[in-house]
Amino acid sequence: MSDAIETRVIGIIAAQALLDPAEIAPDALLDSLGLDSLGLVEAIFAIEESFGITVPFNANDPQGSAFDIASVASVVQGVRALIAAK
Amino acid sequence: MVRVVITGAGTVNALAPNVPGTWAAMAQGKTGIVPLNFRDSDRLSIKIGAQIHDWPGLANMTAREAALWDPFTRLALAAADEAVVMAGLSGADLAAAGVIIGTAAGGISTWEDNYRAVFAEDRDRVPPLVVPRLMHNAAASHISIRHGARGPSFSVSSACASSNHAIGLAFQMVRAGQAPMMLAGGAEAMLCFGGVKAWEGLRVLSPDACRPFDAARNGMVMGDGAAVFVLENADHAAARGAPVLAEIAGFGMTADASDIVAPSAEGAAAAIRAALGDAGLAVQDLGYIDAHGTGTLANDRAESAALCQVLGKGGSVPVSSTKGGHGHAIGATGALELLAVILALREGILPPTTGCRVIADDCGLDVITGMARQANVAAALSNSFAFGGLNAVLALRAV
Repeated sequence: MSDAIETRVIGIIAAQALLDPAEIAPDALLDSLGLDSLGLVEAIFAIEESFGITVPFNANDPQGSAFDIASVASVVQGVRALIAAK
Repeated sequence: MVRVVITGAGTVNALAPNVPGTWAAMAQGKTGIVPLNFRDSDRLSIKIGAQIHDWPGLANMTAREAALWDPFTRLALAAADEAVVMAGLSGADLAAAGVIIGTAAGGISTWEDNYRAVFAEDRDRVPPLVVPRLMHNAAASHISIRHGARGPSFSVSSACASSNHAIGLAFQMVRAGQAPMMLAGGAEAMLCFGGVKAWEGLRVLSPDACRPFDAARNGMVMGDGAAVFVLENADHAAARGAPVLAEIAGFGMTADASDIVAPSAEGAAAAIRAALGDAGLAVQDLGYIDAHGTGTLANDRAESAALCQVLGKGGSVPVSSTKGGHGHAIGATGALELLAVILALREGILPPTTGCRVIADDCGLDVITGMARQANVAAALSNSFAFGGLNAVLALRAV
């Protein structure tokens, strides 16, 4: 099931990974998209700007961050939670 | 072959506003990291930094000088003053000396204050001295003016390796006979709203502590500071009976030629090997290595791998990072860390890695934690590795 938030997140990730949004499955792992560390922090910045949220993410400690960047789905879920908490 | 020695040192940093205080704080593993306190710091998400907090400011500064000197220039001038006094050169003729000062951000708070005035506060003009105040070479130029140094003088900017490049170039100039003495080091005053905000964007800053090589490391902590050294032809120093702190024996610099931010172990290892080769030192001669050790995952892993490559298995050399004390002073950090190396070479005090409690499994180095270690150190290295993939390593010998 696709929705506006998921579409926007996929669009942002696609722009950084230099992929067509149609090539990114909602359950894709970020590692599999060829997104490097700079691309990841750029994508998170774009997500913050796009949704007006602050994403708790530390590049030194991705696992320890409260925001799960493992997959597109986990990022979308994290964005939903941050929007809900606004 | 000309030998190059260090005959004076000076500093202002978050640990102390002078060299003896900094050495004492390093030996005790103290930290200068405090809550950030400057204009708009409440708007930052990062709340800590090694902000200078017990320095009354540059002595006897006039209103005209205050208008002309950005904070990074003031730090550099104070450090140079102390170095010149320690070297016994107060009032001496320094016309043949040059000045090379590394800085990454130069007069960043001058940029910030004046952009704020014209963009945010709708002012139509800025003070007349903005350009000479913010330029990267302001610190080198004002040291030159203050001490009458008319030799080769300029600024060097290579992000976090700026100081080591500055000191390394000054070393090469003295060794080549281009100047009998050089004042060299680094100065940085990036702890202002825009400076920290920019680093926040990279998401490499720790919210709570600097823990180099620790299993729980979660980023770097920025710091302000300056350190300046008098580098001198050894014969010149001996002829005037100058005190000698240490010998600079070699310098190695390389570029990764790969990623703009991700460090390469190969590039770092090549710079370490180049410094050892230039100095004519073997791994077995080393008694201490002052690591770049920022406390970021990327640096610490690459640096560990580089040192393991060069030292070989079982080639264990005590390593520490002092950034948990003076913070990552960006373009000044290598100069601050050279003080730790001199402490090891002169006093046999190897400072601990403040903030590191449990060494990370992937480290593989003999990291000094807890208390300082006592050891006779004949030779040592000081590593600096910068964004942009620029690596600069100094090799030193005890005298």
